[in-house]
Amino acid sequence: MPADTFLSTRNPELKLRQKVWQLNWGLVLLLCLVTAFGIAMLYSAANGSMEPWASRQLMRFGLGLVVMFAAALIDIRFWFRYAYLIYFGCLLLLGAVEVMGDIGMGAQRWIDIGFVRLQPSEMMKVAMILALARYFHGVSTEEIGRPLYLLLPLGMVLAPAALVLKQPDLGTAGMLILAAGAVFFCAGVRWWKFALVIVAGLATVPVAWQFLHDYQKARVITFLNPENDPLGAGYHSLQAMIAFGSGAITGKGFMQGTQSHLNFLPEKQTDFIFTMLAEELGLVGSLALLGLYFLLLCYGFAIAFRVRNQFARVLAIGLTTNLFLYVFINMAMVMGIFPVVGVPLPLVSYGGTVLLTVMAAMGLIMSCYIHRDTRISRRGTAEV
Amino acid sequence: MLQKNEDNERQRSFSRRTLLLGGAQALLLTGLAGRMYYLQVVEADRYKTLAEDNRINLRLLPPPRGRILDRFGLPLASNRQNFRVVLVREHAGDVEMVLNALSQLIELDEHDYKRVLREVSRKRSFVPVTVRENLTWDEVSRVEVNGPELPGVTIEMGQIRDYPFADSMAHVLGYVAAVAERDLTGDPLLELPGFRIGKNGIEQKYDLPLRGSAGTSQIEVNAYGRVIRELNREEGKPGDELVLTVDGGLQTFVHQRLQGEQSASAVVMDVEKGDVLALASVPSYDPNAFNIGLTVKQWNDLINDPLHPLTNKSIAGLYAPGSTFKMMVALAAQKAGIDPDHKVFCPGHMTLGRSRFHCWKKYGHGWVDMHEGLQHSCDVFFYDISRKVGIDNIAAMANKFGLGERVGIDLVGEKGGVIPTRDWKLANIGEAWQGGETLIASIGQGFVLTTPLQLATMVARIASGNQVVPRLTRGVRADQAAPEGDGVALPAFAPLDVAPEHLKMVREGMDLVSNHPRGTAYRARIEEEGMELAGKTGTSQVRRISLAERAAGVTKNEQLPWRRRDHALFVCYAPVHKPRYACAVVVEHGGGGSAVAAPIARDILLETQRRDPAGRRSLPIIAMAQTSEQG
Repeated sequence: MPADTFLSTRNPELKLRQKVWQLNWGLVLLLCLVTAFGIAMLYSAANGSMEPWASRQLMRFGLGLVVMFAAALIDIRFWFRYAYLIYFGCLLLLGAVEVMGDIGMGAQRWIDIGFVRLQPSEMMKVAMILALARYFHGVSTEEIGRPLYLLLPLGMVLAPAALVLKQPDLGTAGMLILAAGAVFFCAGVRWWKFALVIVAGLATVPVAWQFLHDYQKARVITFLNPENDPLGAGYHSLQAMIAFGSGAITGKGFMQGTQSHLNFLPEKQTDFIFTMLAEELGLVGSLALLGLYFLLLCYGFAIAFRVRNQFARVLAIGLTTNLFLYVFINMAMVMGIFPVVGVPLPLVSYGGTVLLTVMAAMGLIMSCYIHRDTRISRRGTAEV
Repeated sequence: MLQKNEDNERQRSFSRRTLLLGGAQALLLTGLAGRMYYLQVVEADRYKTLAEDNRINLRLLPPPRGRILDRFGLPLASNRQNFRVVLVREHAGDVEMVLNALSQLIELDEHDYKRVLREVSRKRSFVPVTVRENLTWDEVSRVEVNGPELPGVTIEMGQIRDYPFADSMAHVLGYVAAVAERDLTGDPLLELPGFRIGKNGIEQKYDLPLRGSAGTSQIEVNAYGRVIRELNREEGKPGDELVLTVDGGLQTFVHQRLQGEQSASAVVMDVEKGDVLALASVPSYDPNAFNIGLTVKQWNDLINDPLHPLTNKSIAGLYAPGSTFKMMVALAAQKAGIDPDHKVFCPGHMTLGRSRFHCWKKYGHGWVDMHEGLQHSCDVFFYDISRKVGIDNIAAMANKFGLGERVGIDLVGEKGGVIPTRDWKLANIGEAWQGGETLIASIGQGFVLTTPLQLATMVARIASGNQVVPRLTRGVRADQAAPEGDGVALPAFAPLDVAPEHLKMVREGMDLVSNHPRGTAYRARIEEEGMELAGKTGTSQVRRISLAERAAGVTKNEQLPWRRRDHALFVCYAPVHKPRYACAVVVEHGGGGSAVAAPIARDILLETQRRDPAGRRSLPIIAMAQTSEQG
């Protein structure tokens, strides 16, 4: 096996059967439950029909499971080795979107490669964390203390963020930066540097404001005062909150949501699907889904603690935080405590690329667990 | 070893920070759960209400307006189907093409065409736009037959007020028209597009009971306002059916009879019950035109017409009563103790102070008593007795007969007229009463002003001896036929505070006027046995005759311009020995009462007695109608 050359000899070589045994079946069950919520809501959104959303979402989930298991079973060192390559591949795709991206929803986000439309910005979320994890794996604690060593990872974050921002996709760009922030933090970047970045960031807000599109400005203003313009920009926000609140404790009943079925809710099958769930299933349903996500995140954190090499640790925590950001931003947004940015609810919102990338990310987290005792040398070479 | 320590150190730092990160994330998720609790538990009721408000629209169903019937149940105002063509853009596709096809079938003017295109582009694609209203049955069938070539075009039915009697009933009924800003009372019905309320006449006075109450339809709508389904429907209460005292057939006759004159009015009353059987005023207008909406020109023509077609002259026209007022003077004189046999010599004039007061007959009537005074309408006789009685006693008597104040008919715009007294003149003109003014008032000239309705009431009171009050509405129609009689019974009128023998004398005088060969209205008598009338002519001057003119011979009416001619009046009742019907006719600038007004009154009373509306069983009613208090 050529991989042996950079393997620590102390690492036991795992057999495929052992690996399958090591798969986190609890995690798989959680994923299925969350997806089941999504399928049910998509069924309801189509007024009691598997078409056009639920059946396709189900197929994609099946495909996602395959991707996830594949990602889980592939050796962690493979991911370590190709992390930068994957990252650059995604960066190229992201650049390609600029050149030949389709116009969808007024923003360039998709790239059509014949049989599937890819959203490179979604893939980039995983790819960037992979690349950062590899970088921080190779940097010692002292080196992290030196600003010079932070230039490269900063570049790895800012390049895709800038491209995504240009699409323009404020939500994804923000998620990239926040996920990277978590990775930097866990990797050991000094506290005062975060403070510096936050202060600098706040200082640039007025400047950044000038570069925002009108609709983005409107969303922010609306968020700050949603009842300001109830029939204009604030309409969606307000209708979403009405739907959410009117669900009360037990909800209006499956497929009985008036706000969603009478089209008062915007994008009920994608970004605002959680509102529909809250309206139809009430506080019971929304807390249940929040609980499932919480358990998923706990799994991620538990794995991060359990893993013994820095690459997998950082990777696991980065991907878990990424999942957290999806869930938090989406839920906060539909509940009116965050501006409306296009962030879907992972595994529940209708959408292929997000589902596949989230499943791939879960696969990587599992891979971290399966290969938790695998050791990887600083420079990626075998350690004796 | 170093590497290993370094690794351990790194792992410890990682674990510390990851724990912090996890803690932060858990905290934020708890925040989300808190927000869920706030929205779905604390604020749930508010959002539930908002969600209901979102999806449920309350629509008002306008109630059908109550019909107005004459005393025998003949509809005077009813509702007729109004067929409208409406167009729905989302079904029509090419709106212009459909409109072109439609204009081949029904008349569509340029104005309609442009309005439809404008409305279609403004409204949502599923909202129907009215193309044209008031289609004839013929047009409806043409559109229906060609349905397949007219996508998105449908015929809708609405209701529109219909007045089958058109202009002959206009002044009694009034009309309905669109709600004006100042008519809004907060009743949401009034804000419905196309809703009509009563303006003028019975339609205005009884607008509330006629209106009924609105039904509601709760409908579920989606975010675009499209109706998904009806959740609940509550039928409203249709307006009350109002029964009037008027006899539609008689009203038509009276209106037709007056048509020959430029401007005239007439009232026919039941002397016992006070039922107004006919109330007419010409020229009139067609109330149906107000439904559809008048053009600016039509409206201006109506309000600028010198003959005032919109004014109901029988209640709002003020005329000097002329000699028809002499009955009041005769009654006041008897009350003051003057014997009916008291004789006065009439040389054709009377001198008071430095003024000379003329009789209408230039060379006088010779010796006349009270009966002859009425029969010949001798002015000098009444000058003489009025001087003895005084204006205040005459006015007190006139007030007992309903003159000088509104009689209180169920119509808007009734005028009260003037019966002058000493105090009245001081208060209103600021001068003391002159002796000569009593003489002028005694022949119904000068300050005295009355309406035709007041004159009819006066005659009805003379004929019946009771304090008859005219009424126009009998009440609300009973749903089921009442077992007996007319339904709700009315209290009988109290007798007048006038000696019966005095009334008898006046009635004898009026009998002489019509039935004595030398009476002033003998030529306009009723010859039919048992139907004879008793009346009194009146000719009221609208100009002052100068001394010079009198010397040269008074100019004949026909030679004067219309505006300066005398008003012709006639008041009467019939049959003479058992009075049932009273009538008053005023022909503006018609000339002499005996020549112009009396024949009209004669024809009206003859027709009234032939039809005998008070003698036939009328439609039963269940309750008196409540008028709408609209100020």
